[in-house]
Amino acid sequence: MSVGLPWQAKPLDRIGRAFAVPRKAIKIKPKVEWLSILAGDGKVDESLDPKLDADRSIYLYRLMLMARRLDERCIILQRQGRIGTYGPCRGQEAAHCASTIVMDREDWVVPTYREPGSFYHRGWPLETVLQFWGGFEEGCRPPEGVHDTPIAVPIATQALHAMGLAWAMKLRGDRHAVLCYCGDGSTSEGDFHEALNFAGVYRLPVVFFVQNNQWAISLPRAKQTASETIAQKALAYGFDGLQLDGNDPLAVYVGTTEAVERAKSGGGPTLIEAVTYRMSVHTTADDPTKYRSKEEVETWEKLDPIPRYQKYLLGRGILDPKRIEEIEADVLAELAAAVVRYEENQNADPLDCFKYLYAEPSAELEQQRKEFQTALEREGMIEKQEPRMAQQRS
Amino acid sequence: MALMNMVSALNLALNEALAEDDRVVLLGEDIGQDEGVFRVTAGLMDKYGQDRVIDTPLAEAAIIGGSVGMALYGLKPVSEMQFSGFAYQGFHQVEQHVSRFRNRTRGRFNLPMVIRMPYGGGIRAIEHHSESREAYYAHTPGLHVVIPSGPRNARALLLASIRDPDPVIFYEPKALYRAFKEQVPDEPETMPIGVAQVVREGTDLTIISYGAMMRPVLEAADELADTDGVSVEVVDLLSVSPLDTETITGSVAKTGRAVIVHEAPRRCGIGAEVIARIVEKSLVYLEAPIRRITGFDVQFPFFARERAYLPSMERITHAARDVLAF
Ligand SMILES: Cc1ncc(C[n+]2csc(CCOP(=O)(O)OP(=O)(O)O)c2C)c(N)n1
Ligand SMILES: [Mg+2]
Repeated sequence: MSVGLPWQAKPLDRIGRAFAVPRKAIKIKPKVEWLSILAGDGKVDESLDPKLDADRSIYLYRLMLMARRLDERCIILQRQGRIGTYGPCRGQEAAHCASTIVMDREDWVVPTYREPGSFYHRGWPLETVLQFWGGFEEGCRPPEGVHDTPIAVPIATQALHAMGLAWAMKLRGDRHAVLCYCGDGSTSEGDFHEALNFAGVYRLPVVFFVQNNQWAISLPRAKQTASETIAQKALAYGFDGLQLDGNDPLAVYVGTTEAVERAKSGGGPTLIEAVTYRMSVHTTADDPTKYRSKEEVETWEKLDPIPRYQKYLLGRGILDPKRIEEIEADVLAELAAAVVRYEENQNADPLDCFKYLYAEPSAELEQQRKEFQTALEREGMIEKQEPRMAQQRS
Repeated sequence: MALMNMVSALNLALNEALAEDDRVVLLGEDIGQDEGVFRVTAGLMDKYGQDRVIDTPLAEAAIIGGSVGMALYGLKPVSEMQFSGFAYQGFHQVEQHVSRFRNRTRGRFNLPMVIRMPYGGGIRAIEHHSESREAYYAHTPGLHVVIPSGPRNARALLLASIRDPDPVIFYEPKALYRAFKEQVPDEPETMPIGVAQVVREGTDLTIISYGAMMRPVLEAADELADTDGVSVEVVDLLSVSPLDTETITGSVAKTGRAVIVHEAPRRCGIGAEVIARIVEKSLVYLEAPIRRITGFDVQFPFFARERAYLPSMERITHAARDVLAF
């Protein structure tokens, strides 16, 4: 019977070590590293610069800008009562946009709720993203052919799904990978650790991408965990951790690419900690002045990923002021059209709550649906309908 | 007496509990510096310090399981689940330990702990922030499940829950947090757990409800009195475990007709239990079938559809008229 797992030290060594003198430090194989390529002051580590071509660079820039403008638009829409509570991603555009673009179509992306740019990149219509925050279940429906799970609100729960997806990929022998987003706060939940543990044990092709934005609502990173880094939590589960500058799109891109390649070539999971900052409110229902200083926010504003990347691309001659203006106008126009489409589709039939619950609704449920329909008709909330033979499904 | 909303009333009870008993500690996510996402713990960390009003990391199992350990050691933890929809991350602790310690240690250890959590719809919240799942807890032996319906009883019941030697799930109707104000006595006031209140006396029909649904129920009672000249008795359960059988069945024995209202799904809901007790004790007094106006056995819709979904005054009045016309 073999103790330990094949890629770990030989079982005999372990037992031998455990019973031998002298006392000494234990060396473990997995490592934690720091990665930064385009520094906050604009300096570039040329040796690591992925030198993305012009198209890809502009694509990423535009994606980050879209995430930001969508965010700004959503805050206005929330204030006007046109959507509900919204959780902005301001400041985290590089972290989620430069990582999601690494994934292939057949890969899966498992988001939480602060990755609007990822949805957009993966092919979700912008109005679908708006629908989630607007209070419509339709905002959870991935378009055909898109391999993403919808927004996950209960913290860290989605990490287990990412692990399971990767597990299935491995069991099926498919060379795909999973990218799982979560926050610094999520690393305190049991689900997070169970996901990492299984991923380590089965060497699954999954990348856990923690957006450490320094805050979990009002709790600062330092009070969330006594670990010096979040990345080092990987070590306990037998794989590498990578802490990178989450406001540096190049570091995010390179770090994620390496992790995804490792995952796809059988090297197992990686935990990436993207060090970034939630520049805005937790959600529109939050008042951050209660728990953090203006000075802190201002310090991080200087590290804003969008101007940083813009400057870098200007320097490389990929962007010029005219192109920047064009992209801006283009993004705003696309966004405005999406808001129009969102608002043209507000007819939420309350009876839909019965429609998708089961493959076949039970007689009991059908009875309740009729009761609901009668009540809604009586109350004038829906037009009187012809009786339907059975519920239609789609 | 002071006029206050439910948030202030809950805050008052917590303040009184912290002041009267140094074993009381509050713990939860964002309850200290941020004063709770609904501000129920406003000012308490400043007043009692970070060792008594504790901002925890994001882990409900640790909050509930940790409370068990604290309670075993002699503290009286009052924890907050940010929303009832996130209490499931600690549900195994509730089912496997919180509810069982007294019995399995044959009375040697009890757990004087309260788990507060806001529940229910109607505030245009995102997914997982609107459900009512009191039945899970009511189905779990060893717990009390208390659900206030206004500022005054919220204060009195929370104080009673904290003083209680056994674990209490304190289910707070968040739609009522700031919905209205009531006069609340200056002196600490408690109410017994497990005793329902007849909040309006009547002779023709009994409406039984609790929590946030008490508002549309009382509106319906007014409407029925004004428009139909019907005398409606209204019972506010206040606690769904234990359930005050006598008040329920006594009222129905008097009126002979009953409507039960809750926003939780119907199947195996509190209404089903209430009906069972009426049938067991007051069947012979019934003059009409009992009606339930409840949530349906579906997932609570996202907020664009929630207004249509939630039981309303109109729906309650309509059911009541049916029952009266039988
Ligand atoms: C299980 C669970 N508990 C509590 C909450 C309430 N809540 C929503 S977001 C949040 C903080 C999350 O912090 P973090 O993981 O750092 O993500 P961030 O919001 O900073 O992106 C909390 C406590 C929740 N959604 N799920
Ligand atoms: Mg965070």
